[in-house]
Amino acid sequence: MSDTRNISVVVNGKSYQRTVDTRRTLGDFLRLDLGLTGTHFGCEHGVCGACTVRVDGTAVRSCLMLAVQANGKSVQTVEGMAEGDILTPLQTAFRDRHALQCGFCTPGILMTMAEFLEENPAPSEADVRDALSGNLCRCTGYQNIVDAVLQTADTLRKTRDAA
Amino acid sequence: MMSEKSFGTSPKRKEDFDLLTGRGRFVDDIVLPGMYAAAFVRSPLAHARIKSIDASAALAMPGVHAVISHHDLPATLRERRLPLFVPHPTLTSRMQHALAKEEVCYVGEPVAVVVADNRYLAEDALHLVEIDYEPLAAVSDCKAGARPDAPRAHADLESNVVSRMLSSVGDIDAAFRETPHVFKEEIFQHRGGAFFMECRGVIASYDAVEGALLVYVSSQGPHRIKRALLDLFDLSDTQIRVVTPDVGGGFGPKGSFYAEYAAIAACAMMLGHPVKWIEDRRENFVATHQERDQYWDVEIAVDAEARIRGLRGVLTHDNGAYTPWGIVLPWISVATVPGPYIVPAYHIELRSVLTNKVMATPVRGAGRPEGVVVMERLMDRIAREFKLDPAEVRRRNFIQPSQMPYNVGVIFRDGKQVVYDSGDYPACQDAALQTIDYDAFRARQAEARLKGRYIGIGIGNAVEGTGLGPYEGAAVKVATNGRITVSTGATPQGQSHKTTLAQIAADQFGVSIDAIRVETGDTSKISQGIGTFAARTAVNAGSSVHLASVKVAAKAKAIAAKLLDVREEDLELRDGYVQLAALPGGPGAASDNARQVRKSLAELAVVAAGMPGFAMQDGAEPGLESTAYFTAPQSTYANGTAVVEVEVDIETGRVTILRLVLAHDCGMLINPMVVEGQVMGGVAHAIGNALFERMLYDDQAQPLSTNFGEYLLPLATDVPRIEIVHQETASPLNPLGIKGAGESGTIPTIAPIIAAVEDALSPFGVRILEAPITPQRIVELLGDAALGRTR
Ligand code: FES
Ligand code: FES
Repeated sequence: MSDTRNISVVVNGKSYQRTVDTRRTLGDFLRLDLGLTGTHFGCEHGVCGACTVRVDGTAVRSCLMLAVQANGKSVQTVEGMAEGDILTPLQTAFRDRHALQCGFCTPGILMTMAEFLEENPAPSEADVRDALSGNLCRCTGYQNIVDAVLQTADTLRKTRDAA
Repeated sequence: MMSEKSFGTSPKRKEDFDLLTGRGRFVDDIVLPGMYAAAFVRSPLAHARIKSIDASAALAMPGVHAVISHHDLPATLRERRLPLFVPHPTLTSRMQHALAKEEVCYVGEPVAVVVADNRYLAEDALHLVEIDYEPLAAVSDCKAGARPDAPRAHADLESNVVSRMLSSVGDIDAAFRETPHVFKEEIFQHRGGAFFMECRGVIASYDAVEGALLVYVSSQGPHRIKRALLDLFDLSDTQIRVVTPDVGGGFGPKGSFYAEYAAIAACAMMLGHPVKWIEDRRENFVATHQERDQYWDVEIAVDAEARIRGLRGVLTHDNGAYTPWGIVLPWISVATVPGPYIVPAYHIELRSVLTNKVMATPVRGAGRPEGVVVMERLMDRIAREFKLDPAEVRRRNFIQPSQMPYNVGVIFRDGKQVVYDSGDYPACQDAALQTIDYDAFRARQAEARLKGRYIGIGIGNAVEGTGLGPYEGAAVKVATNGRITVSTGATPQGQSHKTTLAQIAADQFGVSIDAIRVETGDTSKISQGIGTFAARTAVNAGSSVHLASVKVAAKAKAIAAKLLDVREEDLELRDGYVQLAALPGGPGAASDNARQVRKSLAELAVVAAGMPGFAMQDGAEPGLESTAYFTAPQSTYANGTAVVEVEVDIETGRVTILRLVLAHDCGMLINPMVVEGQVMGGVAHAIGNALFERMLYDDQAQPLSTNFGEYLLPLATDVPRIEIVHQETASPLNPLGIKGAGESGTIPTIAPIIAAVEDALSPFGVRILEAPITPQRIVELLGDAALGRTR
């Protein structure tokens, strides 16, 4: 029914060679073939952002991208953020600020906001809300997520200043 | 080292580390050996007869293992319909089959299930299943459906009105006879669905050797799902285990038992392989329960001082095609209307109407926000008629704290009269008004209008029955290695139970919450359970954890007192030990001396477990453990006031929420951070309900909004910073003084948003008697008003 291709992808720093159906989404590849189930599907039509991962640094919706399109690229998922038990400042801020309840939307939001903060080290609240408006969260009402992102910007600024 | 009391503090959540690092475990993350994937063939028509089903082409596809329709199901599923847990004498119930038999009654109703190696193949095959339907006339609008000449939602129904229930208090005729001030309103309300981010999902696995059915399901309570499966499959209690792992949001509809669960369990039993079904978002729009339409035709009688004398009317409720929750949802709406106000006479006829749409069952707030909108719209009407400040009208009608406990007289769905246990409603409103600087608002508004800006303010007050019975249990156990486990049937979907229940237990054991493991959502861990909905878990499960922990701690002390030869009352639990309590001014518990006079929980648990061949001491019950099922005598009532300031762009109809204050009283706060999180999420839900969320259907009940482009959820740019004011009135009805909080943000908040939009548009004479109020609709109403067509 469906033809296959060999792909080679680096995911969270580890390289994988796999044969995949051409129609397999990147999200399914990560979840089903690599067992990286931290990436979630909330809509499978590109609206909710829960499936967001980073491909060569850019946040993309893994429900809309095919696995074969990631051939030769480097992918980061939520599993690749923390180093062992050490959370990144963004993850820590989410915990401090109660920016997650059910946590289902969280991986995609972390991925989206990590990219955003790299590009906007000193965002205003309005900037954060704008950047966040492509991700749906039904639990939190967003406020604590916004605060967590602002706190992270603050923390990162202080670390930079100290360095 | 733990010394502070944990109750009332906001420790970091136990749940977060896993969820932040991708280690959460949701149903779709579970993979069982040999597992197949399923996809459902669903009715494309709202009402039709099934003439034939031809699955041969689908079955011929490689990788497809089965296509199962009604006639292939095990006998019990062919004979029985899904069980109704909440019958009512006025209800003619209609329950669904696991797979439709001869007639389909809503778009999305499961007709057949395809099982294949994986989901891709199952969906390919889905399209090859050929079903011949004979279309039947469909009921789309519930008010039209209530007419005697309407087509029937099921071919054999005598009437689409499946329940008429009267709620009546006081002498309503006298109330309306004795005053000339009577105001009538027709209010239309629509609430959409839950739209949790994780769609539904289930895995069933059948062990033929043991005859054991294991079900993983994303639910709000595995025990009720097990109960339904017991009804449907004739297995014995120990043969079914239902487990709910991490859940990506529930908000009501994951508390239902669905046809798909029964069908998937049947597939697993028939095929001898585990079978997984994960709902996709399109299915979620058509097949997951939602709330929907209510028409309220009401009138209110007030005296010359604007005090309510009576309120009467009819509620016409769109129930959808079957009655899985009986009349629970509209009943709660009816019981909520009086709210914090004195309503001496009350008379509402509830008409629940079957339509050819997916079932309407409780969504966060469960019919309460609608009841609040009705009352608050009437309050604003009275204010307008009497030229009084809306806050003042409410003040004149509030139940006073001195009147507590206050019997409203209405019968709630637990069969008991609504009796408010505690709360200070005038103070709550005052607190909210002060925070938003209400008194200065009219000046702000006048100033804005000079600049061509239209701002408005609205008030919403609500009283919410929380902590609904019957119970939720907790088993607290200290293992022989000293580890403490709390198990409960309550099932979180983001409410942080693992943290808050650990906090309650931690206080009795004198340990940090990290030392306590909380197990939720597994029927094998505790025998009875109801589940998490209706803001009931903190009250019921929380109280049970407290009671069980107190018992276990007392037992530990009793054993330790004997072993150490000291008095029980001189002992305390701390950091995993039972030890001599610190004496004021004397040697502390940490001193060397005291340290020798102590026993670890592990040692005590070993003693409590007994030794083979030795009699238990003094006939004590074995084990350092206790199970408690706290039963509340009645619901405990939380209350809240939302005050909202909006700006309306009269060109585009866009509404911007400038400020939103929510003052609320949910009793004693176990964890303020968690409660605030619940409130903020609930408020966002109300914003969606007030301004965006609408399930659209055409006149043949064909759904028109089936993705997040057509159905809008509130975004980070739509939800303002929410200002929360806590009041804490301890509930007298449970040992911890807590009330429910999970819906307190949603319930009072739709009404004031609508009111604020109307207030902003008051120069145009626009009246709003509907929710949601979308930009298109606002522009339409402005146009009508310009043409002199106001209501
Ligand atoms: S699942 Fe990809 S955007 Fe929603
Ligand atoms: S935390 Fe549940 S959807 Fe965002």
